[in-house]
Amino acid sequence: MLNIVVCVKQVPDTTDVRIDPETNTLIREGVDSIMNPFDMYAVEEALRIKEKHEGKVTVISMGPPQAESILREAISMGVDDGVLLSDRAFAGSDTWATSYTLAKGIQSIGQFDIIICGKQAADGDTAQVGPGIAVHLNIPQITYVKKVENIENGKITVERLIEEGYEIIEASLPCLMSVVKEINEPRIPSLKGMMRSKKAQIKTIRADDLDVKSEYLGLDGSPTQVVKIFSPPAREKGEMFTGEVSDIVEKLSNVIKEIK
Amino acid sequence: MKVLKSIRILEDKCVGCRACLDACPYNALYMQGKKVKIDYDKCTLCGACISKCKFEAIEMQKQAGFESAVSLKEAMGVWILAEQKNNKVQSVSYELLNKGRELADELKVDLTAVLLGSSVKQEAQCLIHRGADKVIIVENTILNHYQSGPYSAVITEIIKKYKPEIILAGATTIGRSLVPRLAIKLNTGLTADCTALEIDKKSKLLLQTRPAFGGNIMATIMCQKHRPQMATVRHKVFAEAKEDENRKGEIIEEKVSSELLNTDIILKDIIEEIEETVNITEADIIVAAGRGIGSRENITLIEELAKALNGAVGASRSIVDAGWVPYSHQVGQTGRTVCPKLYIACGISGQIQHLVGMQSSDVIIAINKNPDAPIFKVANYGVVGDLFKIIPALIKSIQSSSE
Repeated sequence: MLNIVVCVKQVPDTTDVRIDPETNTLIREGVDSIMNPFDMYAVEEALRIKEKHEGKVTVISMGPPQAESILREAISMGVDDGVLLSDRAFAGSDTWATSYTLAKGIQSIGQFDIIICGKQAADGDTAQVGPGIAVHLNIPQITYVKKVENIENGKITVERLIEEGYEIIEASLPCLMSVVKEINEPRIPSLKGMMRSKKAQIKTIRADDLDVKSEYLGLDGSPTQVVKIFSPPAREKGEMFTGEVSDIVEKLSNVIKEIK
Repeated sequence: MKVLKSIRILEDKCVGCRACLDACPYNALYMQGKKVKIDYDKCTLCGACISKCKFEAIEMQKQAGFESAVSLKEAMGVWILAEQKNNKVQSVSYELLNKGRELADELKVDLTAVLLGSSVKQEAQCLIHRGADKVIIVENTILNHYQSGPYSAVITEIIKKYKPEIILAGATTIGRSLVPRLAIKLNTGLTADCTALEIDKKSKLLLQTRPAFGGNIMATIMCQKHRPQMATVRHKVFAEAKEDENRKGEIIEEKVSSELLNTDIILKDIIEEIEETVNITEADIIVAAGRGIGSRENITLIEELAKALNGAVGASRSIVDAGWVPYSHQVGQTGRTVCPKLYIACGISGQIQHLVGMQSSDVIIAINKNPDAPIFKVANYGVVGDLFKIIPALIKSIQSSSE
């Protein structure tokens, strides 16, 4: 019986968030909030481990009250429980305060054997919270996992993606892993799952419910701060090559020669 | 615990210009009469609105928080964490030295490189030739390959001893697994995947700029009260520092206690998977294929062009999902972010998820049948045409000119 915790985040559908080049302000018309796409693979992997080894899967998120919807989404996929860490005291958290709060939240749920995170969140792209949780909980960390090979006798063996290929790594449980897209293909929620997710009770945890120090929370617990946001410099309008294939190839060859 | 409302609108200063409303990524600001109000359920205290207000009408207060392991007063010097594989320094380290040198000169302090491995003394000299004033090395067979436990324990220890004010590392698989651990252990801030770094003239603090929201927005981040200020830097954004064999510097050998080398994971094997083509994150030239190549068999055409250019093969998500190319070649939001000197997109339409992974390439060439393909919006040079005619001719032309 394995207790698996999956950390998920609600993010704006990033492909829609951009800055209006004329007014230099954010355009957010029709920007939906979704489950961080990378977290879908984490939820799916947890469900696969549960199906193979028996156990319980809990999803946990830190965010505003409306983040509840992604916990329900995870439940519709087959997750057992959803826990939401939500409090004004958590607002303004950078990755330091976020990993601290999530670590404390995970401890408050009870026993855990495996914590699974997505590779990174699609809004911040930092990939820092997973390793942060592992340090706060003082457990082994394995990032960029592309395959879980085996779990037995309190040990997990995985394949970890690196630039040149992959590593085979063994760690003792409990441990934390972050997973990449290659690991699986997330399932579509079943009708039964969707029914269950509507009725499911989401447990909300506030700062007072946790064994935390206020100086480690939210804005106060965040060493970094955003001082400016702006639009990336626009690429200059490109040049189109037209004409006969031989002309085009000559122009392309010249461009390439200059770069090399 | 008290409810924090550490952000507020100073109503006497707010003129109701609405500039902040548009800056808020979370839709947390609204108008009530002629003044702005904050919806505290939605506000995440991200601070994006503050720099947009010309009237200084938004105030955000931050309590002291916790203290970092390295104190503000004592912190001095710029460090880079060099990366090695098989005891060979990786090129990202030279990029860090280039930027690190610039920051150290601006602050008039030393530039120090840290290098862990099993036998790295020889390589330490290369780091000096590329701009380091000092190199701290730690040698042990356990440190041969990167492992989270020992690497973070050893580096934390030497940071506590020497107390640098700035640390740069590569935003590589190693850097992005290691440095977040250091930040937590040292109680300090970390900015991931920076693409620009400079010293603020007034405060002498490090301004760390990075893409967010999939590259659609740039954010500048500061770490004001904690040391060291740490940043990982995107590979290939900064040029490599030039080599000068006459440069002199000091190599410091640190011995660490054996308990720091305890590891809680076992690295059982490393499987190298790079086929004929080079690793896409290291490549200066990438030839990438999308749906437009039509079939798995046609990948050979892309491979031939990549080979002729001594480059790597990249791929869009759709052909990776179709099983035509392994995932390790995927460029884009769910694949790898690359910034080569030249990116040639062949038959790639240019979905935003693909663009965010390659739009910071120096030069982009796009070849596509469809003149309306979004890839042409980011391309420096575009060709509307049949890639099956253009690419073979291009391969010939390159081969003949290199003979």
